[in-house]
Amino acid sequence: MNINADIAKTYVVTNKKLTAVASLGVILGMSIYIFMNSMLVGFDRSSNTSLFKNTSHIRVYNDDMTSMPLVQDNTHSYLIANPKIVPKTNTIVNPKMVTDIILQQKEVKVASPQVSANVFYNNGKSQLNGITLGIKPDEADQMYSISSTMVEGNFSHLKTNPNGILIGSGIAKKMNLTINDNINLTSSKNINKNFKVVGIFKTNNSTIDKTKCYVNLAAAQQLLMENSSYVTDINVNITNPENAKTVAEKISKLTGYTAEGWKEANETIMAANKMRKIIITFVSLTILIVAGFGIYNILNMTVTQKINEIAILKAMGFTGRDVIRIFVTQALSIGVMGVIGGMIVATLLITILKRVYVGGDIGYFPIDYEIMKFAQGVLIGLVITFLAGYIPAKKASKIDPVAILRD
Amino acid sequence: MNDTILHIEKVSKYFHDPVEFKVLKEISFGVKKGEFLTMIGKSGSGKSTLLYILSTMDTDYTGKLFIDNQQMTGLSLDQLAKVRNEKIGFVFQFHYLLPEFSCLKNVMIPALKLGKYSVKEIEERAYQKLEILGIEDQATKSASKLSGGQQQRVAIARALINDPKLILGDEPTGNLDSKNSNIVFDIFQDLTQNHGQTIIAVTHDEDFAKKSDRTIEMKDGEIIS
Repeated sequence: MNINADIAKTYVVTNKKLTAVASLGVILGMSIYIFMNSMLVGFDRSSNTSLFKNTSHIRVYNDDMTSMPLVQDNTHSYLIANPKIVPKTNTIVNPKMVTDIILQQKEVKVASPQVSANVFYNNGKSQLNGITLGIKPDEADQMYSISSTMVEGNFSHLKTNPNGILIGSGIAKKMNLTINDNINLTSSKNINKNFKVVGIFKTNNSTIDKTKCYVNLAAAQQLLMENSSYVTDINVNITNPENAKTVAEKISKLTGYTAEGWKEANETIMAANKMRKIIITFVSLTILIVAGFGIYNILNMTVTQKINEIAILKAMGFTGRDVIRIFVTQALSIGVMGVIGGMIVATLLITILKRVYVGGDIGYFPIDYEIMKFAQGVLIGLVITFLAGYIPAKKASKIDPVAILRD
Repeated sequence: MNDTILHIEKVSKYFHDPVEFKVLKEISFGVKKGEFLTMIGKSGSGKSTLLYILSTMDTDYTGKLFIDNQQMTGLSLDQLAKVRNEKIGFVFQFHYLLPEFSCLKNVMIPALKLGKYSVKEIEERAYQKLEILGIEDQATKSASKLSGGQQQRVAIARALINDPKLILGDEPTGNLDSKNSNIVFDIFQDLTQNHGQTIIAVTHDEDFAKKSDRTIEMKDGEIIS
């Protein structure tokens, strides 16, 4: 073993108390950092999962347009203009072709046409209002994983029964409906249509459970008195949701329709996520830096205590660089012990919290062993311990042996 | 020139704080191989300052310093550190042993730094040195558990480990009783007479100085005899 490392090792081993206190600081900082950041990833994932049960990554639709004066020249004072939304149809023309274009993009996993309509649910005298979504069952299930939320009935029956309907558990409870019961829907176009309940789903989001139902695309088109080429939205799921914005821009250019990524469509949720991220990153980094100060303090103390020894080492032919190596090695040894301990403690914390049931939409506490966050923590932890060791080491290397040894 | 191990030419040094003050005034002298030289003088005469210039640790002076016919003046700090490691051994008034290490390890450190021999060889050599100084039975003890005289002898063993051509002492017996002082003196004499090593020591101890081969007396930054 190199003599510098040997001396550093002896300092680490013989000053057990100092070493223990410093590495305990790193263990705490490290474990809290990894734990909090893993929690952050878990929160984001769980919030995205519940979001994607109702939202696709990209929504392609025909946006309402405001009519503008045909004359662009506004220097003439006699022009009377009254910009407002044009009451034109908001359907997608030739949805089959548009879907094909979208599916040609290599990032796209699923593209599915959809018709949404506001409806009243009627059962005898009771009436509720809500939204019905006309879907292609297979594609929609890939997108929203509706079948995973089914509590009664069978999702695949929607395919075989053109008049089948999947209703939210809230609607089923209020209207006292079970499988194979009939329900009547009235649309805004005043069309009445009977459906047979083939399934009940429960998303744990009570607003959705009380208002939403899924029917076949054709049935939704009938409710709106439209033909089979009537499609209001095309929903698109892509391989990596994070790229939604760029893919959306591409689709928008190719098809000429408005394409909106999920982040843009859910800005409030995104803003909340961002705030959470800022706070957690700030707090966890601060804790790690405080641990760094612990090492800095202890090394500073060691340097002051051992000023005579450093002087004699320099007299005996150790260079400034050797002295830096000794103390940086000491700091890094403490750092490595702390990092390893921190990873163990973080793993324990995550294991415990994973088993805590919080209920509601979330179920078990949404946290997992995030390898990336472990790696990130280790890296930042080592950089901080290196710096915390380097500053006192630099000071030690500058000690003038003459000044110390002369008296 | 060949039998001169160290010489200086017109070395001067100033202290700047609190006022400009010339501590050493154009000193020139040489030391022969195998010589046991002591430097005496009242405190403030500049003898310690001169010793630290000879040690290469103090580089803030004018004039020239040669050790083993190699000019030291103008070398980088790292180069000087290497020279010290290889060619110079130090004995101070205090032992400055590293208390966390055993005596043996303390002796071994400069040799481990030099890296000329394997660890095993270095250990053997360290034992030999401790044997010469008569404290090989203390080798495995922690350096902080020894008596003052023993500690100083371990420090001398450490100074000898790399077989330096030059051994510099700053009051090497300043902290020892007369019995231990005599032991140290005998060791030094043996080193110069039988091992061809050169010793330059600053001392207050008149007896110690008298017994040495040559004594330089300093006053007000000049050599007076």
